[in-house]
Amino acid sequence: MNFFHFMAQNHQQVLELTLEHLWLVGLSTLFAAMIGIPLGIAIAHRPRLDKPVLAGANIIQTIPSLALFGFLLPLPWLGERADRLAILALTLYALLPIIRNTYTGIRGVDAAVLEAGRGMGMTDSQLLFQVELPLSISMILSGVRTAVVISVGLATIAAAIGAGGLGEFIFRGLAMVDNRVILAGAVPAALLALLADFSIGWLEKRLQPR
Amino acid sequence: MPDHPIIEFRDVSYAVAGTLVLSGLKFEVQPGETLVLLGRSGSGKTTTLKLINRLLSPTSGEVRIKGVPNTQLDLVALRRSIGYVIQEVGLFPHYTVERNIALVPWIMKWPEDRIRLRVKELMQLTGLIPELASRYPHQLSGGQRQRVGVARALAADPEILLMDEPFGALDPLTRNELQQEFLSLQRKLRKTIVLVTHDLREALRLGSRIALMETGRLVAALAPQEFLHSADPAASAYVRAFGDGLGTTLDRSAS
Repeated sequence: MNFFHFMAQNHQQVLELTLEHLWLVGLSTLFAAMIGIPLGIAIAHRPRLDKPVLAGANIIQTIPSLALFGFLLPLPWLGERADRLAILALTLYALLPIIRNTYTGIRGVDAAVLEAGRGMGMTDSQLLFQVELPLSISMILSGVRTAVVISVGLATIAAAIGAGGLGEFIFRGLAMVDNRVILAGAVPAALLALLADFSIGWLEKRLQPR
Repeated sequence: MPDHPIIEFRDVSYAVAGTLVLSGLKFEVQPGETLVLLGRSGSGKTTTLKLINRLLSPTSGEVRIKGVPNTQLDLVALRRSIGYVIQEVGLFPHYTVERNIALVPWIMKWPEDRIRLRVKELMQLTGLIPELASRYPHQLSGGQRQRVGVARALAADPEILLMDEPFGALDPLTRNELQQEFLSLQRKLRKTIVLVTHDLREALRLGSRIALMETGRLVAALAPQEFLHSADPAASAYVRAFGDGLGTTLDRSAS
């Protein structure tokens, strides 16, 4: 029985775990965007805060994922369920690329454009929504894309704490020393990463300012 | 007392981190005149301009608009009532020419058909052919971009126009053309204009009065003719630096 037979036989479970994986990645990316984009905007506008915030996000990035899952385990409510923990950890990892790209995008808006806008009486929120965000949207999306691709890979490790996802196959395969089972987790995960990379990349191009 | 000067600087000083950039600035701008702020780089011309629409606030003294200190006016309303043109133009790269020009009327929530009419009128006034309306700034030449910048500044029909080296980045031929059009536009519209330049020729040609600035001080404010023959050392140094043929600049603009 080769890999394809294995996939065909277990397609039900492959689908289930893929959806679980998507759930972990999707929700954590959403949370990371909800925190990271406003934070990136805030530090772009207040240059004094940029170093500490970016340094903080950088430090999180350097914590090994298994260790981070372990650190978070004692947290109340979150520690009760493995998927909550996994989503929190993935959110933390996704913050850096999103914050950094938002910051870079907003800071990169031409100063003359901003001065003209301000000089003509645009309010801060008009400047943000009419000028700064439209001009940096593709930069921000590129950060989200990086975050998603990293998360798809990291989420496989979440199976180690029982959060499910395609990592289940990988860990099971490792234990059974069965490459087919490992591949049944790894191949769909790789496809997910490619798909996310491609589709967000496409969106990025479409929203590119001229 | 209805006859306030439209812009008045009362002993204005401006300091950045303890360093005085402008000191004791005192001058008035009358309705309909073109005051040119002339001076070398770092003399405080641009800073002076930005104090008018409060992109900067004075460290001491006050700037009055039609007799009212501009700190007492609503900041956003103040800026919308003053046109602003800068050297880098600062057009929004993601907006078409049409939307760029319509910016101020749009944020002031004019009805749409009125905006459309106004844009058409302004494009004609600034010599932009209608086909350009749907183009983006990167598809325009430098001269066209500067025209759009002027059209955008005029959109809400402001009484005051601030121009910071508006023709500085253009090639000499285009600059000449735009200066010529500036003069005919000004004859039509009679705006109150404060224009910053370091080019004496431009100052003589466009200004009804020239205010010479040096190291944050106003050295002299003279009519172009007087400026040419001024005994003031700073003014005559400027005239010497630009050399011969300045008189012809003056004759041409007078005709």
